[in-house]
Amino acid sequence: MAASNLPHHISQQFDKELEDIRSKVLAMGGLVEDHLHRVLECFAKGNFEAAEYVAVNDYKVNALEVEIDSDCTEILLCRQPAAGDLRLVLAVSKTITDLERIGDEAEKIARLVLNLRNTTALTTYYVGMLAMGHHVRRMLRASLDAFARMDSEAAFRVAHEDREIDAETDVIMRHLITYMMEDARSITPVLDAVLSLRALERIGDHARNICENVIYLVEGKDVRHVALEQVEQELELRRRGDD
Amino acid sequence: MSRTAAGPGAEGAVSGMSLHTLRETTASAQASATCLEVAKLNLYYGDKRALNDINMTIPSKMVTAFIGPSGCGKSTLLRCFNRMNDLIDDVHIDGEVRLDGQNIYDRAVNVAQLRRRVGMVFQKPNPFPKSIYENVAYGLRIQGVKSRRVLDKAVERALRGAALWDEVKDRVHDNALGLSGGQQQRLVIARAIAIEPEVLLLDEPASALDPISTLKIEELIYELKRDYTIVIVTHNMQQAARVSDYTAFMYMGDLIEFGETRTLFTTPRRKQTEDYITGRYG
Repeated sequence: MAASNLPHHISQQFDKELEDIRSKVLAMGGLVEDHLHRVLECFAKGNFEAAEYVAVNDYKVNALEVEIDSDCTEILLCRQPAAGDLRLVLAVSKTITDLERIGDEAEKIARLVLNLRNTTALTTYYVGMLAMGHHVRRMLRASLDAFARMDSEAAFRVAHEDREIDAETDVIMRHLITYMMEDARSITPVLDAVLSLRALERIGDHARNICENVIYLVEGKDVRHVALEQVEQELELRRRGDD
Repeated sequence: MSRTAAGPGAEGAVSGMSLHTLRETTASAQASATCLEVAKLNLYYGDKRALNDINMTIPSKMVTAFIGPSGCGKSTLLRCFNRMNDLIDDVHIDGEVRLDGQNIYDRAVNVAQLRRRVGMVFQKPNPFPKSIYENVAYGLRIQGVKSRRVLDKAVERALRGAALWDEVKDRVHDNALGLSGGQQQRLVIARAIAIEPEVLLLDEPASALDPISTLKIEELIYELKRDYTIVIVTHNMQQAARVSDYTAFMYMGDLIEFGETRTLFTTPRRKQTEDYITGRYG
């Protein structure tokens, strides 16, 4: 049962507290997405200021994680939430961990890229990652949308996309390996590019985790480490059973 | 005994449910040890129907909690299990409550005998104005036990069972009314288990107690379920979540949802249940 279609709590203060953590998660998601966007901008246009901004501002993401985590602790302590409320607090608590890690990955890429000033590495090795980076960013945004709307169907759809990201990663990786085989002098910069690629791929994983949190929140079903198709089938059967 | 080994399952027995769910419930109940079985139970106070067609199976040696707003019928249902409602004028009951397969509303049933098998503890501790020892020995004396040795043993066993022995062993002949509220409540539980019933009905056993005494009672419930089937009515939802294996949510005389406690408190299937346990306007 989705918490969003429920009537108000008898305690309006509690309503406000839950609404608060929800909107803070979305704000944090917006911040993280902006950082990823800036990193990609650096890939595309060699805008190093954008990368610098990300490297310097990750602390804001961390601060939000600490703040929301403390809000969750307070709700657990004071409200002892049950059912949909409990799932919301747990989903929020897990989601902010994923968002914080996405922030870290973006920062990692920013720092790697900043070493490339005055080199041609960016245009040689990173441009190929741009399309995949944008795919990851769309996925992240869609996972946050699914969270905002408590839309488990959308969450399933987005979670599936993680496989495409993994496939794209493989292709780019093969490319990068070719560079290294062709010219041993390229090994150091290409290894950095591999790290960036890996970080992007991890962001896709975290976006998938956020989708899994949304599915848990809405459907009450823990879908981690299970085949998504199987869960979708089970939920479909349950829905039919309820009708 | 593991949580999943027995009981009505997440589907639960819901009054007015479809034939499909009914079959499922019956099937899962057969797989577990059933202690009490409620079938098509209706109860009327005069013309007013207080319980509507209740069907449920209460598993043996587990804790089953009844929750719901005031006046929803949970205490009434609990009192059906040892025919306490018989004492109220103008009560009319139809349907069956089966204890180990036998309908307790059958004419052949001896009510005193039934209440020996199904003990009850109330919201306010009600020790007799006698010594601690005599309170616990009372039921056995009524049964005709006279041997001092047998009584001594039984009293000690019951007081230990109710986690009270260490606190009162030096003063068992003092007046029970000198005990604290929490101790009195455990004494009453000792009195109930002294005659070794099969089922213990607890009607808000901790609602009049301070937090520490409440925790002691909860700890005790956890211990007692090894030997007894326990049915508890509580207004405290966290308490139901903590102590029970199965939870039934009742509303206006209907059994709305009945299932594994963990499932009911994390992913209730009915909106009414969700609204109630999360504290929302219905």
